[in-house]
Amino acid sequence: MANVQGALPDLSVYDTGPKLLLWNAEIRSDRPAMREKYLGIWQTWTWGEVSDEVRGVAMGLMQLGVKRGDRVAIIGDNRPRLYWSVYAVQALGGVPVPIYQDAVAEEMHYVLENAEVKFIIAENQEQVDKVIEIKDRCPLVESVVYDDPRGLRNYQVSYLHDYAGLLVDGRKYADQHRGTYETEVEAGRGSDTSIMLYTSGTTGRPKGVVLSYSNILISSLNAVKFEGLNEEDEILAYLPMAWVGDHIFSYGEALCAGFCVACPESADTVLNDVFETGPTFFFAPPRIFENLLTSVMIRIEDAGWIKRKLFNYFMELAKEWGTKIIDGKSVPISKRLLYALGNVLIYGPLKNTLGLSRVRIGYTAGEAIGPDIFNFYRGIGLNLKQLYGMTEASVFVTIQPDGEIKSDTVGKPAYDVEIKIAENGEVLFKSPGLFREYYKNPEATAETKTKDGWCHTGDAGFFDSDGHLKIIDRAKDVSKLNDGTMFAPKYIENKLKFFSDIFEAVTFGAERDYVTAFVNIDLEAVGNWAERNAVGYASYQELAGLPQVYDFIEGHIRQVNEDLMGDPNLTGSQIKRFLVLHKQLDADDGELTRTQKVRRGHIAEKYAPLIDALYSGQEECSIETEVTFEDGRKGSISANLTIRDVEAATASVAKAAE
Amino acid sequence: MTDTASTPMDEAIGRDNRPDESSEIMLSVDKVFLNFGGVKALQDVSFDIRKGEIRAIIGPNGAGKSSMLNVINGFYKPNEGSITYKGVTRPQMEPSEVAREGVSRTFQNIALFRGMSTLDNIMTGRNTRMQKNFLWQAIYFGPARNEELEHRRKAEDIIDFLEIQAIRKTPVGRLPYGLQKRVELGRALAAEPDLLLLDEPMAGMNSEEKEDMCRFVLDVNDEFGTTIALIEHDMSVVMDISDRVVVLDYGIKIADGTPDEVRGNQDVIDAYLGVSHG
Repeated sequence: MANVQGALPDLSVYDTGPKLLLWNAEIRSDRPAMREKYLGIWQTWTWGEVSDEVRGVAMGLMQLGVKRGDRVAIIGDNRPRLYWSVYAVQALGGVPVPIYQDAVAEEMHYVLENAEVKFIIAENQEQVDKVIEIKDRCPLVESVVYDDPRGLRNYQVSYLHDYAGLLVDGRKYADQHRGTYETEVEAGRGSDTSIMLYTSGTTGRPKGVVLSYSNILISSLNAVKFEGLNEEDEILAYLPMAWVGDHIFSYGEALCAGFCVACPESADTVLNDVFETGPTFFFAPPRIFENLLTSVMIRIEDAGWIKRKLFNYFMELAKEWGTKIIDGKSVPISKRLLYALGNVLIYGPLKNTLGLSRVRIGYTAGEAIGPDIFNFYRGIGLNLKQLYGMTEASVFVTIQPDGEIKSDTVGKPAYDVEIKIAENGEVLFKSPGLFREYYKNPEATAETKTKDGWCHTGDAGFFDSDGHLKIIDRAKDVSKLNDGTMFAPKYIENKLKFFSDIFEAVTFGAERDYVTAFVNIDLEAVGNWAERNAVGYASYQELAGLPQVYDFIEGHIRQVNEDLMGDPNLTGSQIKRFLVLHKQLDADDGELTRTQKVRRGHIAEKYAPLIDALYSGQEECSIETEVTFEDGRKGSISANLTIRDVEAATASVAKAAE
Repeated sequence: MTDTASTPMDEAIGRDNRPDESSEIMLSVDKVFLNFGGVKALQDVSFDIRKGEIRAIIGPNGAGKSSMLNVINGFYKPNEGSITYKGVTRPQMEPSEVAREGVSRTFQNIALFRGMSTLDNIMTGRNTRMQKNFLWQAIYFGPARNEELEHRRKAEDIIDFLEIQAIRKTPVGRLPYGLQKRVELGRALAAEPDLLLLDEPMAGMNSEEKEDMCRFVLDVNDEFGTTIALIEHDMSVVMDISDRVVVLDYGIKIADGTPDEVRGNQDVIDAYLGVSHG
């Protein structure tokens, strides 16, 4: 198979996903395409087998009535059969609409209705139950196909179909009607809609982003070329299929480079699955890198003193020299030797336990990553880089090239991407991945896409002296305090979140006299601290309210204030008062988006009494909050929260700190 | 939708084809008496369990529920009466024999090997199914290994079924209570029982854990056709999932029937709510 090693497809010939699938099945038929752990053992499917199964599923779906242009919802965790369903739907000219697997029935209903979905492919009973609950209100839905039959055997629902049965029928049909599948695939064009992805909707209802095959495939192929990905690479698909990143990495790039995609055994086993599959190309949002680091630090603190000393010594070395070595900068030979020793003793084993030994390219995006966290991973020799992207761009807007990595920028424009900064600081781009439209929403499309093809990102940023883009906040969130000082909430929140004790922070200050903050503690980190210091607590709420917890959160805020002191534009936006929230912000309560981003407006509304208290000089405030349990039921919790004042850092403090 | 209270979900889930009077009787208890010294734990208790049904045994504290389960599983020898299991009538059951004959159980106070992993605990449940003797197992290669592979596969089936992949290798002692209960159910299932005895499977659980456990009990019954006898305190759980309920009070059977019949029974209401002796 040496002759096809690194072969890249000609997208003018293979211009759709299903065509590329046939191409892969032809040139690398026996190479692994997909893995999944079943009954404790990793199973592998080759490109040939995948192509064969997809043919069967497509024919089965055709018999069920799926026609060109029909929207088909795909709902579930990352399962091979769901990925194959995406191919099968596309082969028939249908449009897959992946839906977040943890969406509650109401959210699901909105998407099904908005996208005029006719068919649904669901993973299991959990998803099927949600569909049944809302089926009465979705008259367009004709059939539902499920992957896992467990618990569904006795369901008396005429529109339910078993994937396995569908596949058997489809294979039979394919045998009797040879060439039908190929004809259907041939009919597809690069300009056809390939997928509709609903954006998580930081504000308002989710919007269906319509992307064509050209959008997805050209962007993917560019990235494959940029990173030198090939069929030897391997990734773990563990982020939601409804998220554009997974679609590009596990579908677009996998098709273009022909590499293998592994699906985790279950959502709870991901870290172990990373360890077992040893991916070479790994994407994780900053939060996951942060959690990994937190768990490492907790284990180190519990380790014996020799290990602790060794770890601390070599981590210092890694911080100072490791990042330089990975960037190919000049490093004295003595340091190189020490680093090599550290690699044997600490870095190598550490990367191995984390399952990151084989990673050639690590990506992180979605939010700013703390410099300490970023440099930790780069220091131990992980080629971690940041990129900036969005659904509307088929992911790629900017990316950090090898050797030019900085913790506070998102890199240079990706291949074929043009960027300009608007007068108000907003970042605009033009690219081959630029989406066609928001489905049935011409106003929103017109707001985002200008007539001459520029796309508003909604983010404010600027280019630094090396031509790297730096994003500071959402353009619309950047505002002013009453005295005219610039206030970039996310910028401050990110600084707070870089402390491992802080899970989430929300700051307020627009048209106010000063800046205040809600802080959410990180249960794992703070809980561990409490355990080690024998501090008793019965609940999250009690832990969050402990005066000692307030003490060290105050310490963190002082440090952030000192940081802000250093930036002349932002020194006025130091945090003056804060409180620690009594419950964890949660997507089920509408406080975070499904991608775990803070929904500022909603929080401001829900916790209005707390904000009033922060600005009225009270020292305590009581609040009752509604919470939604995982099964959709609601309850409420009430709490008395303490509010603390923080002294602003002044020039003298800043000097003393230096 | 004729019934206003019924939701689309209720309509979708078919719970017909349940065992009825025509079904085969799997186990029957006939006029059983059990005394501990002067304490009469069970007096003249008779009932049967049909093949494929979910049978609940309920009653206030000290009513003799666990004693009844212990009699069925052979741990206690009844002073009088007989037990018919799979057509064979005997005055008492032998625990080891009963286990081989397809009865397995879980305990009110979790009885797992705390230092062993989830997987190993479930594998111990395969014990009655292991054919090769100690010598073969010591040699390991050959027949014993093939057998072990087969058992491991079964254990993995159960791990998948109970969705406990993430704790496969975690020592059971480190798991939260709700998960330990699930592992214990896993161990009982590993014996591929025909009759599964569950002693308060939902005790001490929060409502979410209870819901999960209910689903597993129903799924076990549904997927494997296992007959289930369970003791449970949570009335709503019992009324929701069982086909028939037998009610004990002070060692005497006071009611026996479908959940609806039992719910309306005056003796049961008195036993649970108390009755004035004025």
